[in-house]
Amino acid sequence: MNANQNILVKLKDAGFKINDKWLVQGVSLQVEKGKIVTLIGPNGSGKSTTAKIALGIYKKIEGEVEKYTNKIGYVPQKISIDWTLPLRVNDFMVLTESLKNEMIDEALSLTGVIHLKDKNLGDLSGGEFQRVLLARAISKKPELLVLDEPVQGVDFTGEIALYELIKKISDELNCGILLISHDLHTVMSATDHVVCLNGHVCCSGTPMDVAKNNEYKALFGEQASQILSRYEHRHDHIHTDEGKIKKN
Amino acid sequence: MFDDFFIRALVAGIGVAFVTGPLGCFVIWRRLSYFGDTLAHSALLGVTLAFTMEFNIALSVFIISSLIALTLIQLQKRTNLPGDALLGLLAHSSLAVGLVVIGFLTFIRFDIMGLLFGDILAVTVDDLLIIWVGGAVILLILKLIWKPLFASTVNYELAEAEGLNPDRAKAIFTILMAAIIAISIKMVGLLLITGMLIIPAAMARNISSSPQRMVIYSIIGGLLSVILGLFTSLEFNTSSGPSIITAALFLFILSLFNIKQSIKLKN
Repeated sequence: MNANQNILVKLKDAGFKINDKWLVQGVSLQVEKGKIVTLIGPNGSGKSTTAKIALGIYKKIEGEVEKYTNKIGYVPQKISIDWTLPLRVNDFMVLTESLKNEMIDEALSLTGVIHLKDKNLGDLSGGEFQRVLLARAISKKPELLVLDEPVQGVDFTGEIALYELIKKISDELNCGILLISHDLHTVMSATDHVVCLNGHVCCSGTPMDVAKNNEYKALFGEQASQILSRYEHRHDHIHTDEGKIKKN
Repeated sequence: MFDDFFIRALVAGIGVAFVTGPLGCFVIWRRLSYFGDTLAHSALLGVTLAFTMEFNIALSVFIISSLIALTLIQLQKRTNLPGDALLGLLAHSSLAVGLVVIGFLTFIRFDIMGLLFGDILAVTVDDLLIIWVGGAVILLILKLIWKPLFASTVNYELAEAEGLNPDRAKAIFTILMAAIIAISIKMVGLLLITGMLIIPAAMARNISSSPQRMVIYSIIGGLLSVILGLFTSLEFNTSSGPSIITAALFLFILSLFNIKQSIKLKN
């Protein structure tokens, strides 16, 4: 057992290469129960690769991965489903684990797609399918959720609601979440730990630590760093024990 | 009861259809029809080996087909050739080598047509035993690996990420493919086994909305094809394989006229 009972997955100096080209290198991070770790970085910076290393999809890797759970829910960034399969939403929900009907319904209701339960998977829109993917991942009440751009293609209001749902799931199930997101607003408001990637870890820490980092500014530009500073301004106070707000 | 060759053929064919039904669905879902062809072509080599060494045909075919499947997996890892080129290479070279070996076996009278297209007269009581016991084992194993195999058919990375070990399921499925070819070769013949796998499953795809239903319809389609085909074979003295496959094709064509759709059109 690991010294820290809360650790779900731990990467030590992990890297992966295809044909001598490194997709990502030297990544160390850990996801703990009840914590949200977010990977940010430009396209091709190795975010999805890092997630796949953590999940054990890539096996010939450099460094080490220690996984302490097998109850995993995964929402991949890209999923190509072969339509030669007659597959309804209901069949897709029980793909990797047999679930009771109530659990399926609960998860589909949470992501707002219960009405699509008997529809053919191929007939869903991009946003609807994304909600089904998320429902499938949370339905079996996993200990670790790996969400790779989980709200892509979802409408604006839905996006906010789904991120709130993700946060809620993390609290209620006490599960760890490895999140990949382009939405810096979300990242900064709900994340415990941010890892900024660009082929390697360019900086990591709490959202505020990362925002102040010069490498982060160089990577995302001034504007991104202003988003963060706004977030920082919203929190220029501390919560006292009595629940009152005290200005810094 | 099994004294009558026709009853034997019928019992054998029904046994085969129960197994080709579900396996055929996976062949369609995983786009393995050419892979099935390759294994079937290599079966000729297995048959000649069985004759040379006076060995059980089904067992010999099973071993050779498995070896070809393993060779394919190795070649896929070690070369940059596309999968279909490798399949073609293995299919035709193993067929060619099999035919060359037959050329050397002048001392054995060979019924090439029976081998290629199936021969109901050739089914013995021993064959029945192999088909039903072997078939039951295949179905049992398929049931055991169903979840990882099906999940990885839908999406490999999901299955792998959520701990289902899809690689092992895939390897086992490959062996099952070799096994079904081995047990059905006498009935359908090695050129038409893939047809028995994919045509009833293709028919089932046209009329089903869920994977479970497709498997059931595929089995029913296979059973009907065998029964229809064998009676035709008996009536018109045609080879059993082509008769069964033609019956399957007939059912497939029927399935194109989807009942629900035609009702919609009328309204």
